[in-house]
Formats: sequence, C-alpha cells, structure tokens
Amino acid sequence: MSYTIIAHGESRSFPTGDVFLTSSSAEAEITIHIGGGYEPDPGKIAVLVELGTESLGAHTGEQSGEEGDNTLGFARFRNGEDAPSNLIELVRQPNTDEAALKAAKELFEGAGFEVAVCSDQAGRIIDRLVRPKYNYALRFLDEGLAAAKDIDFTCRMGLGYADGPIERVERGGLLHHYEVSQALFETYGTPAYAPARRAVVAKQRADKDTK
Amino acid sequence: MTDEIKTVGICGAAGTMGAGIAIVSARAGFRTVCYDMTEDGLAKAKAQTEGFFGKSVERGKMTEEARDAAVDALVPATNIAALAECDLVIEAVFEDLRTKQELLGKLDGICPDHTIFASNTSTLSITQIAAGCQRQDKVVGMHFCLPAQLMKLIEMSPGINTSAETFDAAWAWTEAAGQLPVRTQDKPGFILNALLVPFLNDVIRAIEAGVAEPADIDKAIKTGLNYRMGPVELLDLIGLDTQVRLCDAFYPVTLDPRASAPPLLHRMVAAGHLGRKTGRGFFTYDGNAMFGG
Repeated sequence: MSYTIIAHGESRSFPTGDVFLTSSSAEAEITIHIGGGYEPDPGKIAVLVELGTESLGAHTGEQSGEEGDNTLGFARFRNGEDAPSNLIELVRQPNTDEAALKAAKELFEGAGFEVAVCSDQAGRIIDRLVRPKYNYALRFLDEGLAAAKDIDFTCRMGLGYADGPIERVERGGLLHHYEVSQALFETYGTPAYAPARRAVVAKQRADKDTK
Repeated sequence: MTDEIKTVGICGAAGTMGAGIAIVSARAGFRTVCYDMTEDGLAKAKAQTEGFFGKSVERGKMTEEARDAAVDALVPATNIAALAECDLVIEAVFEDLRTKQELLGKLDGICPDHTIFASNTSTLSITQIAAGCQRQDKVVGMHFCLPAQLMKLIEMSPGINTSAETFDAAWAWTEAAGQLPVRTQDKPGFILNALLVPFLNDVIRAIEAGVAEPADIDKAIKTGLNYRMGPVELLDLIGLDTQVRLCDAFYPVTLDPRASAPPLLHRMVAAGHLGRKTGRGFFTYDGNAMFGG
C-alpha cells in the first residue's frame, strides 16, 4: 500500500534516515503527517497523524463521542532517546472508518511493524501504564526500599523484563519521563502520574541549564 | 548454619506456589516435607510435580537419577506434626495475616527451637506475621516468584525482630537451593508486588476504560518494552482471584487507589473466569499442565 509522508518537523517515530521514510511516494492512497502537523483529506483511504502526548482529538476536534472519519493517530513507541521500538500504537476514535483502520494497520504491518490498536486516550497504551510504575520505582529508590540495581534485578529476574524500571527510565531520560508524566497528570489529575522527585530534579536542572 | 538445614518443610504444598517451592527444595537435594490439608490435594500436586520433573529430563535439564532423587526427597504429610523434623519451614498458605500467624503459632509448639520459619507472603508484613509466634527472631520473609520452580529470584526481607543470624542462614539456604536472593525491606509488596500489583490493576482499568483490547495491550507491552509475557497473560497465569486477594491484602495497608481491586476484576471472578486455571480469564486456554519443565 502506497503512502505519502508530509513532514512538519522532526519525527520521533521516524527520525531522519529511518528506512520507512524512503518508501514515501507522491499521490498515494494514504497520507502520513509526521512532526506535529495535520490536514484532513477525505479523498484518501486514510490520513495518519503522528502523535506526541496529545490526543488525536486535539488535531481533528471532537463531537461528544461521535468523532471519527478516515483520520487515525499513531506513534511508534520510543523510550525517550532510545531508538524507536517496532511497535506502532494506532489510535482510533469512536466512529473511525473501519476501512481506514484496516488500511493503516496493513500499511504498518506490511512495513514490518507490530500494530496495537487503542482508543484516543492520553498516554495510549504504554505510557498510560508504565509512567506510574516508573514514578513508583523512583519513589521506592528515594525511600530506601532497595538499591536501584536490586530493584532492576528484581524486575528482570522476577518478571522476565528485558530491563528494570530505574535503568529504563534513566536511559530514556528523566526529563523525557517528566514531560510525559506531567502531560498525563495534567490530563487525568491522577497522583500516580505526578512526576517523581527525581524527574522533577531533572526538569529543574534542565531549566537551570537553559537560563 | 546452612549446613544445619537438612530438612525443609513446605506448608501449603498442594498449592501452585507451595508445590513449586517444594520442587526447588527437593531438586537441590533437601529432604522436603510437603504439608497440606488433604491427601487428594497432595496427590494432585505430586502428579504435577512428577510431570514437571519428567519434562525436565526430556529437555535435558535433569538426569533420570537426579529426578528419582528429587522425587524421593519429597515426603507428603497431612499431619502438621510431620514438620517437627524440619530445620526450615516455608509457609505458602492462604495470603491472610491471621491464617499465617496461627500457622506459625502452631509450628512454634511443634518444631525445635532452631527451626527457621520463612514466609512466602507477597504483600503482608513479616514483622506482623512473626508476631504470631514466640520466635520472632527466627522468622524471615522469603518471597518466591511464580512459577517458583522456574523463577530464580527470591525477595528476602527481615522483620523488625529477625536476627542477623537467621537472615543470613535463610539467605544462604536460598543460594544453596540455586536461587538468586535480593534484599528488600519489610514494606507492603516488597519490590515486586509493590510495582506489579498496581501495574496489573492499571492494565485491568485500561481494559475497562476501553483503551484497548487485552490482546493489543499485551502486544504493545511485549513489543514496546521487550517483555516476555504480556501483563494480561500474566494476570491469567497468576489467577484473577489471586489478584483480588493481593489487592485485598495490599490496599488496606497502603490505601493506594492503584492497589484497590478494579470493578472489572471483581466481575471476572464472580463470573468464574479466574484465568488459566479455569481455562478462561481475559483469554481462553486449553489444558492445565504445570508451567515449564
């Protein structure tokens, strides 16, 4: 399935040089907006818009739960500054056109990605689920429950994780964690999303460096 | 003191966790008294255990001689008095403070003074459990991971009155049994469940909120984070009724909203969809063999 990529800025999903960018063609059946922009196009099978921490509705507008057309949101999950994963979170709205959803899924799967479909809620699947966990792990570290290496070791050995929560969140960047958690906290108001102290420190230091 | 631990008792040996711990102990060469309430339950556990060892032999992880020795090391018992010969008793009974305290109280009158009591609790306080007996200095937290027969990690936590000698001896035993202990504090959920129980509840709430289908959540977590098992599949393996019990133990102590059982979890349990063990949880399953081998 052919696609046209319209870049509005730097993409977290497909950074410069990503092989997915090289297959873009003009006048394709699907339009993909990356880097923050969006323009509706009812003439396409599907219009895909790359999301950050915002909802798809921030681009398309919402109509009391009746929203949805041929536009879908997406994000390739990426742990901060780690290389992008092979996961595409594909965001639909209540009345998203099923043909558009099918086409978008086929496009990404055809490009070798795993696709998980989710509704248009802040944090999609992964950030919604892991940010509270990272906040807790950082708090446990502050409270002396165990050493960072033991918290990570426990999660690797006890749950078969590829890495532990402290090493993962630090590798991705505590500032990135702050920004995602803060966005979720502002959306949901749930204390578990409030950035942990160590993430707040990272933010304070970043702010200090920019002054 | 590890050299003095020759015989290990398992309380709740017919349960999933107890049977797994018994395998760990017997496989490491310790005479292992498997205590539970009913002969039927112990017989079922024994059959599953022998099946597990059989698969271990088939897969080249164990010799036939080692299998025979491990099977011979397992001693079933429905009379708690059989634990009188044990140097270490590991309890893996119902996750309820009073139940565990009463058990330790009984063991106090049965076991010799030197016997160490270890609790496999995943959420309760070791100090509070130890308060049920008169040898609080000889009680230690020893939390195995599910499935215990496969997972090497053990969270070791001392209670307020646990002696250093007891902790060190229990730690040494876990290493002698081929496990990998990690020291943590006597706080609700230690490390693993303090992170896992709320996380799994968040997963259930995400399903309930229509964020994604269970299969999509598992796919996202496995692909995005490189987890071996998705959280929904893990919930089904743990058992949804067990997750409720974990929440019931965890929430009243922490008052953390994330630790409270989500309404969907209660509905699933009420519907009899307990997970892998009933053939249906968030997913459906065929067969009920012991995991791994």
